[in-house]
Amino acid sequence: MLDLSPAEWIAIGLSLKIAFVATGVALPFGIAAAFLLARRTFWGKTFLDGLIHLPLVLPPVVTGYLLLISFGRRGPIGAFLAEYLGIVFSFRWTGAALACGVMGFPLLVRPLRLAFEAVDRKLEDAAATLGADRARVFFTVTLPLATPGLIAGMVLCFAKALGEFGATITFVSNIPGETQTISAAIYTFTQTPGGDAAAGRLVLVAIAISLAALIAAEWLARRAGMRFHGE
Amino acid sequence: MMMLVLDVEKRLGDFFIHASFASAGGVTALFGSSGAGKTTLVNMIAGLIAPDRGRIALDHTALFDSAAGIEVPVHKRRIGYVFQEGRLFPHLSVAANLDYGRRMHRLARDPAEMNRIVALLDIGNLLDRRPGRLSGGERQRVAVGRALLMRPRLLLLDEPLASLDTTRKREILPYLERLRDEARVPMVYVSHNAGELLRLATSVVRLDAGRVTAVGGPQLLQPAHVDA
Repeated sequence: MLDLSPAEWIAIGLSLKIAFVATGVALPFGIAAAFLLARRTFWGKTFLDGLIHLPLVLPPVVTGYLLLISFGRRGPIGAFLAEYLGIVFSFRWTGAALACGVMGFPLLVRPLRLAFEAVDRKLEDAAATLGADRARVFFTVTLPLATPGLIAGMVLCFAKALGEFGATITFVSNIPGETQTISAAIYTFTQTPGGDAAAGRLVLVAIAISLAALIAAEWLARRAGMRFHGE
Repeated sequence: MMMLVLDVEKRLGDFFIHASFASAGGVTALFGSSGAGKTTLVNMIAGLIAPDRGRIALDHTALFDSAAGIEVPVHKRRIGYVFQEGRLFPHLSVAANLDYGRRMHRLARDPAEMNRIVALLDIGNLLDRRPGRLSGGERQRVAVGRALLMRPRLLLLDEPLASLDTTRKREILPYLERLRDEARVPMVYVSHNAGELLRLATSVVRLDAGRVTAVGGPQLLQPAHVDA
């Protein structure tokens, strides 16, 4: 039906890989940040809250540029990670995943934080009387009860990561096979004479993937909801 | 024989609790009007609230001792707690709720004990359900079972019947009597309802405005004493 060229398939595969990795790596940090913001008061909380939400309000180009000067080869964090851990971001797909993760992070944290705030603390007390220490209370009661928020956050983060353009292209450029995602490929095709057909095909693919993510989220959320209200 | 000794002080705003009593097994009723500090006291025994000062000991080991700097965390006290509203975990089935305390304490599975408690409370037909699908009476019976199955050293029940109508109360009281007679777990039973306590209590601690005003047998629950 859609006759996709190998280059287009590569862009699609890369986009999916980047979105999954970005969401997966952001997840534990997002859970920790959402829990801290929902439950703890500490010095610098407002600052942390603002920092997390910054990518939501900054122009993506600015976020991309900030990533470039901090996580690039010569950036302080980028140089350190390359030197000691062998992790290189600049002009690699890993950099695209980092950019997408940062851009999606506030969308992951927000619903999760609300979900943590909504969890009945009395159930956590009950779990403690039954012998659960803090960590087990969290993993057996708090987190499962926050599942709907977790799903919502993950889907939003994934969708953002899939569609991210400005920060990614600023940070890691638009290299076919390495950092050229669906969005970047569509952009390239629209700038190329005769690229309309290819751009159109990728637009359809982007719509299909986004719809599939939404449907999956709806299905998961309904299942989680059912678990709370009956068999 | 279980021995609970308690002597605590706690200020909560303008409300001051200064209570001391000892209990030696059976069903100890904590009796008093609402606002007398009963729930606060039970929460201190469970470890959910820390007293400002004092000592709480169970079977001669301190759970809390401000002078010695001891405060055993809630999850290590092994004190079962049946809350007024049940507080079953909505995301777990009844069976998983019942099994929760055993899992958290890393006890070996004990199907015989499970069957005994399930039969005692008559909840065998509820095991596959979610708490959201239980009636108030069923929910409270499951909550009692969940607390018992962690093999507690002491069982706290905080107005377990208060949220139920009269019919449901009558439905549950016999189970609690069986529990007292068969389960051999000492209980502290909080209520403002003398009738309920008359059927269950083996000793009575009367609480008024944060202070213990009388300690004795079930005769303290008779109207003459209650009004005094």
